[in-house]
Amino acid sequence: MSEPVISVRNLRVEFATRRGILRAIDGVSFDIARGEVLGVVGESGAGKSVTGAAIIGLIEPPGRIAGGEILLHGQRIDNLPPDAMRRIRGRKIAMIFQDPLTSLNPLYRVGEQLIETIRTHTDLSARAARDRAIGLLSEVGIPAPEKRIDGYPHEFSGGMRQRVVIALALSAEPDFIVADEPTTALDVSVQAQIIALIKRLCAERGTAVMLVTHDMGVIAETADRVAVMYAGRVAEIGPVRDVVKHPLHPYAKGLMGAIPTLEAESERLLQIPGSMPRLTRIPPGCAFNPRCSHVFDRCHVDKPEPIEPDAATAARENLMPGHLVACHLYTAKTGGTP
Amino acid sequence: MDGLSVDIRKGETFALVGESGSGKSTVARMAVGLLPVTSGTVTIDGVSMTDVKDSAARQALRKRIQMIFQDPYASLNPRWKVSRIIAEPIHAFGLLKGEAVEARVGELLTLVGLHPDDGKKFPHEFSGGQRQRIAIARALASSAEFIVCDEPTSALDVSVQAQILNLMRDLQKEFGLTYLFISHNLAVVRHMADRIGVMYLGRLVEVSDSKAMFRAPRHPYTRMLLDAVPDLGMTGRQRQMVAGEIPNPINPPSGCTFHPRCPLANERCKREAPAMIDGVACHAVEEGRTGA
Ligand SMILES: Nc1ncnc2c1ncn2[C@@H]1O[C@H](COP(=O)(O)OP(=O)(O)OP(=O)(O)O)[C@@H](O)[C@H]1O
Ligand code: SF4
Ligand code: SF4
Ligand SMILES: [Mg+2]
Repeated sequence: MSEPVISVRNLRVEFATRRGILRAIDGVSFDIARGEVLGVVGESGAGKSVTGAAIIGLIEPPGRIAGGEILLHGQRIDNLPPDAMRRIRGRKIAMIFQDPLTSLNPLYRVGEQLIETIRTHTDLSARAARDRAIGLLSEVGIPAPEKRIDGYPHEFSGGMRQRVVIALALSAEPDFIVADEPTTALDVSVQAQIIALIKRLCAERGTAVMLVTHDMGVIAETADRVAVMYAGRVAEIGPVRDVVKHPLHPYAKGLMGAIPTLEAESERLLQIPGSMPRLTRIPPGCAFNPRCSHVFDRCHVDKPEPIEPDAATAARENLMPGHLVACHLYTAKTGGTP
Repeated sequence: MDGLSVDIRKGETFALVGESGSGKSTVARMAVGLLPVTSGTVTIDGVSMTDVKDSAARQALRKRIQMIFQDPYASLNPRWKVSRIIAEPIHAFGLLKGEAVEARVGELLTLVGLHPDDGKKFPHEFSGGQRQRIAIARALASSAEFIVCDEPTSALDVSVQAQILNLMRDLQKEFGLTYLFISHNLAVVRHMADRIGVMYLGRLVEVSDSKAMFRAPRHPYTRMLLDAVPDLGMTGRQRQMVAGEIPNPINPPSGCTFHPRCPLANERCKREAPAMIDGVACHAVEEGRTGA
């Protein structure tokens, strides 16, 4: 793999609360390469959004990055002063959120917002910036962009608004985009269009993307690699096809079996007992141990790190390189039966 | 909402699917009497809900119908203990008194996989999935036979969704419940439904047996919806890209309201609204020009 655009190294994020320090992210690491989409899944509260917010420098008190490093093209960005980070955020890193209205100012025409971003990051004239803005709107599939550019956000439908947000995110030609549930609020038919759009644009421009979603189907279609998060840690990470078709971690297996699909017919869905513990109640050892049907002694004392599974498993499951799992079942020495 | 007729058979799960603005929730609310029906009727076992003048008879009908909502946070009174929430229909319909109520609440909590002691807690002490279990217990408290479920799992994580869907199926088998199941998630609908109605802008465009619909969708909109479902199995299933968005229901297109997005639309479609014939409302299907 070429040098990653983004590297997250052993990231820890904590929130100070009345009840003490909450560790929301506990040692997360991954890389995203040029033109690559890393999907991040996991249940509510697993830490997907906080991870994204940490990368773009939007963790605000009472939260803080308590450890680890975030590198953009090999340069640390987690310890930059706010001003410097703000410049990076417009120019090198962009974001797309679930609710397009959080990214758009309702008082300004969408064109004004696009042109302003373009002009902050380039030395284009007002005229040329407007042309570029129209070009972007047309690229994201907005019909009659030369007219719609003068519309206000509320004059666009939900799906069209999210297209405007994507145009805005692309306007500074960022190297990296965090897309946090970009299609969750949209109708299914529009969702498919937006996903295809993000995928195509990033492939064409070589933008690296971190795509956060609950929807494994969206990940299967869009991502090159996927990270499954659980209780603030990465439980499993690897090439998307590998993880979707051959999940290793008991949680990832349960997750895949719990999803109804159009392809498989089944009387009952696989069910993971219980629910994810609150951050204040994370057990020692493996955070999944109260819900795991394979739990054994070591799981109660040792926190598993994401590593390549033992050779026997890798051969049996025909795994691709770069498929890591954080579970003691796959460390050759300790055994256990997956 | 416009000229919608559906018959739901006892003991079946009838699903309504469609995108937001298609009117699914409006149908749900009319079915349970939360919204007035402007014209037409809602009948249960042949008795019209609107015609029943006598309040005792209306209560008897109401008792048989309950509803589960999408948002398990908004649908439970935050200031009431769970036992009071579940007991409310029991009191409202005067079903039991005194200690028998408490015993019944404990029984219902156990039935939905919670503990009788959970009745002493408040809704905020529960997760989303647990709250949805409480809502199900409440729906069962009046021994309802017909339960309208409006997006019951769309606010839940998939692992929790699986627990709730399994629970709903178990209860259906045990008590012979009839469900009107509303969802935008076709994979969930396929898992749950015996029959399916597809809605577009307040009208039913296709009604069919669930298996048949997934094997061979007939209406162009149904096909589009199926094509929009991500291919989780990574089978490389052939799909056609979905076009356009659902228009504003205040000002729907003429004729067949789907015509601006339909690959098969012609002049007739712009003028004339298609009638429901043999489970599908589409001129192209009627004329045999679907090319499939
Ligand atoms: N401002 C905050 N103060 C305290 N805790 C917080 C704060 N923001 C997030 N957290 C905690 O951090 C954890 C991770 O939250 P995060 O929003 O990243 O979850 P997520 O995986 O994005 O979930 P969802 O799928 O619901 O969006 C949660 O337990 C959450 O309660
Ligand atoms: S480490 Fe142990 S408890 Fe955790 S997932 Fe693996 S087997 Fe289960
Ligand atoms: S009636 Fe015409 S426009 Fe409507 S779905 Fe059928 S072919 Fe398409
Ligand atoms: Mg989130």
